[in-house]
Parts: sequence; C-alpha cells; structure tokens
Amino acid sequence: MTVHTTSPQFKQNATRALHDVQLQKALNNVKQGFIDKRQAAADKLPEFEALRDSARDIKNHTLEHLDLYLEAYEAKVKASGGHVHFARNADEAREIILKICREAGAKTVTKGKSMISEEIGINHYLEANGITPVETDLGEYIIQLRNELPSHIIAPAVHLNASQVEQDFRRVHTHLDAKRDLSEPVQLLTEARAVLRERFLAADVGITGANFLVAETGTSIIVTNEGNGDLTQILPKTHVVLASIEKLVPTLEDVSQLLRVLARSATGQEMSVYTTFSTGPRRPGDADGPENYHVVLIDNGRSSMLGTSFEEMLRCIRCGACMNHCPVYHAVGGHAYGWVYPGPMGAVLTPSLIGVDKAGHLPNASTFCGRCESVCPVRIPLPKLMRHWREREFERHLTPASVRSGLNLWGFFAKRPALYRFATRAAMATLGFAGRRRGRFSWLPLAKGWTKHRDFPAPQGETFQARWQRERSRRTA
Amino acid sequence: MSALPSSRPGTPRVGLFVTCLVDLMRPSVGFAAVKLLEDAGCIVEAPVQTCCGQPAYNSGDRGTTRDLAMRMIETFQGFDYVVAPSGSCAGMIRKHYPELFEEDPNWRAKASALAAKTFELTSFLVDVLGVTHVDATFQGAVTYHDSCSGLRELGVKTQPRLLLSGVKGLTLVEMNDSDVCCGFGGTFAVKYSDISSSIVDAKAKNVEAAHAQTLLAGDLGCLMNMAGKLSRDGRPVEVRHVAEVLANMTDEPAIGLAKDAAHK
Repeated sequence: MTVHTTSPQFKQNATRALHDVQLQKALNNVKQGFIDKRQAAADKLPEFEALRDSARDIKNHTLEHLDLYLEAYEAKVKASGGHVHFARNADEAREIILKICREAGAKTVTKGKSMISEEIGINHYLEANGITPVETDLGEYIIQLRNELPSHIIAPAVHLNASQVEQDFRRVHTHLDAKRDLSEPVQLLTEARAVLRERFLAADVGITGANFLVAETGTSIIVTNEGNGDLTQILPKTHVVLASIEKLVPTLEDVSQLLRVLARSATGQEMSVYTTFSTGPRRPGDADGPENYHVVLIDNGRSSMLGTSFEEMLRCIRCGACMNHCPVYHAVGGHAYGWVYPGPMGAVLTPSLIGVDKAGHLPNASTFCGRCESVCPVRIPLPKLMRHWREREFERHLTPASVRSGLNLWGFFAKRPALYRFATRAAMATLGFAGRRRGRFSWLPLAKGWTKHRDFPAPQGETFQARWQRERSRRTA
Repeated sequence: MSALPSSRPGTPRVGLFVTCLVDLMRPSVGFAAVKLLEDAGCIVEAPVQTCCGQPAYNSGDRGTTRDLAMRMIETFQGFDYVVAPSGSCAGMIRKHYPELFEEDPNWRAKASALAAKTFELTSFLVDVLGVTHVDATFQGAVTYHDSCSGLRELGVKTQPRLLLSGVKGLTLVEMNDSDVCCGFGGTFAVKYSDISSSIVDAKAKNVEAAHAQTLLAGDLGCLMNMAGKLSRDGRPVEVRHVAEVLANMTDEPAIGLAKDAAHK
C-alpha cells in the first residue's frame, strides 16, 4: 500500500490544470526560473559534461553491486552505533518507523523534506496512530497544511502563490493576531520560521530523507537550502533516516562528484546552502546530535527494476531538472500526474512502482522532445524508458483500442507499397480537392483531436511519389 | 529538367527518403530537397517507399516497426547516402534503427550501415557536402523553429541558419524558446490534444512576438501543427519548410493557405 493515486485520471487532471488560471501563472515561474539558472551554472563549469558522465558511471557501478554496498553500508552504520532496518515495502517501512517513534515515546515528529516519505504516506500513518508529524521544509509545511502532495520534487509548493499561503496560515495559525500583516512573502517566511521553531524544540523524533548514503563511512547526506534538515536531525533525541535503496554510493569521493552536478542541475546553485553529513548517534564529547540513530532502507519496488531496462531509472538523484525542462510539465504541473513523482522521471518511475495499468498515461503523455534527457545529470534516457513502457502496454493490450486499430491500418498499408501509393494518391487527391478553397480544414472526420484546437492544413493534392513517377518517366523517356 | 545524369565516380548517389508527411501533404518540399541536392552535385533518386515506422515505434509496436525498418533498409541499400527533409524521420533511422535489432546481429549490422549514411537535409548539405551558400531569394523577416529530434538527436541547429544567412532579402529573427517543443509529438497531438494545444499556444505566441512574416522549420509535422494553430488563432504568419526557401521554390502557397489567397 502506498499513497492514493489519480494517475488513471491523468487526462481529466490535465484538462483541469490547463483551465486553472492561478496554476498556469505559477507554472510560468518554473519555466522562467530554473532553466536559465541551470544553464548558467553548467556554462560556468568547463567539466560539467564530463561530470555528468562520471555521475552516470558512479551510479551504474553502484547499482551493479548494490547488494555489496548495502551490506558494507549497514556494517558501517552499526559500527558507528546506529541501527539499520530493511523494509520491503511501504507497509513494513511505516511499521518500523512507528515502532521507533513509540520506543522514543514520541508525541511530535519533525520531518525534513523526503520524497520517499511521501511515497509511503508516513504522515497520515503517524497521525492515525496519535503522533503529530510536522513538515519543516517551508514548501512541504505549506502543502501539509493543505493536505496535498508535492507538485515538484524539489519545489513542492511551486503550484501556489503567496496569497494562497497567506490564507492557509490564517486558517491554521489561529493563535496569532488575526489582524497581522502577511502581505509580503518575507512576513510569511518569518511567521513559518517562528511557528516551526517551537516545533523543532518540542519534537521527540526527527525524520529526514537522504540524498546519498555512503557505503564507505555509513554516512547519510542531505542537501537543503533552509537549514531545516539540520534542526530536524540534531535537536530531537532520535534521528530516523528514510532512504530508498538506490541512494547508496560507494565513497565520499563519489558523493563529492555527484554533489557537483546535483545543485547545478536542480537550482543552478554551485552547492545547496546546506550539505549535511550525519554518521551515527552523538559520540561522547560531541557538542550535539541525536542519542539514537536509525536508518530505514526501503525497497518498495526498486529491486524489481534491477536487471531490467528500467534499472537506469535508479540512477536518478532527484534534481528535478527533467520536469523543469518538460513542456508537458510546464503545461499541466505536477499534480496532474496523479502520484508522488511528476514530470519525465515520474512518467518512468511511477509505472514501475504502482503498475503500468494504473500509470499508463504518464509515459504516453510525452512529445519525446528529449529535453529531459539532454539535461539529466546522470544521463537517464528518459524518452527511451517511456517508450519501453509504451511497448509493455502494447504487449499487454493496454494501448487504447482506437490507437491500436489506427496503427494497424497504417501498418497494413505501409507494408504494402503498391497499395499504399494507390490509396494515398486517391486520399490526397480527394483531401486536396476538398481543401483547395481555404487551404485548410477547421473540421475533419476522425481528426477531432487535431481540429478541436487547430486547423488541419490541406494537402497539395498530388503525392510526391505520384508526381515523381510522372516527371521521372518523362525525364528518362 | 535535363535527362537523368549518369553516375560519375565521386558523385554521391543520394536516395531521397521523402517521408510520409511530405509525400502526402506537401510534395513541393520533396522537390525542393531534390533541387538542393542536385544543385550540390548529387544524383538523386526517390525509390518507391512508405514509412520509416516511427508512429508504430513511438506507440510501442516494435513488431510493425521492425517490419517497416527492414523494408526501408532494403529499399535504400544501394545508395551512398539517404537524405530526408525531416530531423525526426532521419533521427528515427540514425538513432533508433540499430536499437531495433539488438538481438539480431545480421540485421543490426544492416541497420547500422543505413543509420551511418542517413542525414537530415540541411545537415547533409552543410556537414557532409560542405555547402555554405545557396542561390535563393526570399523577401522579409523569418524566424526558425528548431524541431526537437533534429536538434537533440542529430545536432541540427547551426546548419539551417548558416544556409538561410545567404538567402538574398531574408533576415533571420530569433524567437524566444526556438528550441522548445511545439507540442506536436506525432500521435501525442491527437491523444493529448488539450496539452498539445497549450504547448503550441505558447509557441505561437513566441512566433508572433518575433515579428517575422514567415516561420520556417525542418519538419513538416511541427510545421503543420504550428501553421494550424497560427491560422486558427488568426495570427498572420506564413509557415513553410526551410527547404522551400533554400531551394528558391516558394511559388506554392504557404502551409494551410489556399492557392489564390493570403490568410482569411
């Protein structure tokens, strides 16, 4: 069991998103902000392209030997005084986390930003069991107040504007003066900071994700821009790291290479503001740190991708560059995808994790423009993997009947050149004649999807091959 | 036209892969390609052909794709080069044909051989033949859309611009986001019509903001999508394939226009 999906309703979600004026305005920020910044950061680093190759190779190597690195990592965490728990799926992960929280006597839990925690729906589970989870990343905090999923993997509230956030704060922060001024974004930030400060101090357990886990040292690493991750993992007595198994990398040297492409690809920063390493619980003499240190390693479908054509997807370091550059994401935003991971990476990963029968639209809703692949820091061939999903759907007869029959008809003619020439000649002559007056059609039978939004240009009438044959026979005569 | 020239040593024999859309919708683009290739000293033939299989490939039907690919491989076997007035169809052969036969070394070798000699038109003229100038005249400002497959699979970006820079009377005005998808995506345009429309709407606005009278690109699918949107919205921009301008063959009405009329 993972969080509820509306991926099967992708088309309806998308249409709704296209008509959402506020959302469309917010999506312009994605288009304008991230792309130029990433390009500028990449241009400033001569070895950026070489680093992308290196990042791909590091992740590939790790995935090939994932079992060994998992064992090595586990041993190092244990040696540093921490505990490692393996969870096969979301249910097991949630139970393990609840047990740790109960042992800590936890009433409230602070959380750093973590996509795997969204995937396993940990917040609702803890709440249902009487423990209050508090998201401490500002974007995550906002969407938690709204009971929404993130719409972007690194900018979870990118679909919202300041006045929506103001309304949410007024609705939830009822202990504050109702007449306070929240018209400026900085006032919202200050208020969130003050509210969260109390939560940090009161929390019994802090849960963070991990951008990387280092096998060599047993270290977990998070990158943030708000510092909330540090307060989440340092202040409470118990720190729980949630991470899916593909977060492993062999050495600190490897991590340093990956960090050089991560922030540049994500936000165009050379480094995120905070890059925090944590290795085990507080040692005697340490100034701070948790007394208990747990790592929950979650599979939840990853191991079944190993050794398949989708293994390449496990290289993903969750920078968000693919969605930042995706024209479909720009058009509909992240929620239309209907589950945890949006954009091109979601279009490949989601069918692997919740099933292509549910998420079948996602890999189809792509123009294959290839911009995602062109910016992916670990060079995941996202269009190719989306096409693999389309092949799986075709094999399993999940492709819509209308598409299948259209394709079959086209294939039938395309495999028979003589018939093809005859049929297309007749069809184009008819269509060309019908369209000769205006040069285009505003409506055509069987082409409603096209003509709903745009005209269909009329053909010139005679096909190339017919005219070529006519002229060439004259030429050679 | 004069009689078919005979093959001379050193004269490249080019098989024109005219592509389905040009064959059916706008044959004048094919003839423009023939003229450009012949002017550059090639012997051009257009063998009987159908489709490269891209629609099937992108719909997940590998079986049909392979059948069509094998037919294409045989059709174009004897040529020195295969040239298509489309980055998307040339990219299908160059990048994807070898992937289709990963488990069949015999066909894989044949597919790789075809892939290696297949080019998009402007890239063939500039990168292979070393053409730097075409003898053409076209009055006015044009803007150029980089079609995705040509741009990202084949690196077609500077070649059409280089050739356009030598066209008399023509000024190239770059639009914003010329390298962003127009929302066509083959069957995507019909299957996800609303999303496609939103993407091409953004493109149409960028085209209009460039204040060029003419929009050019190297792929007819994208051109039909953009032309259809521009005319539906009443934006008075003429749309043509870049080959028509480069070959000085712009007598045919622009895409979506009638013979005797400008935009109505």
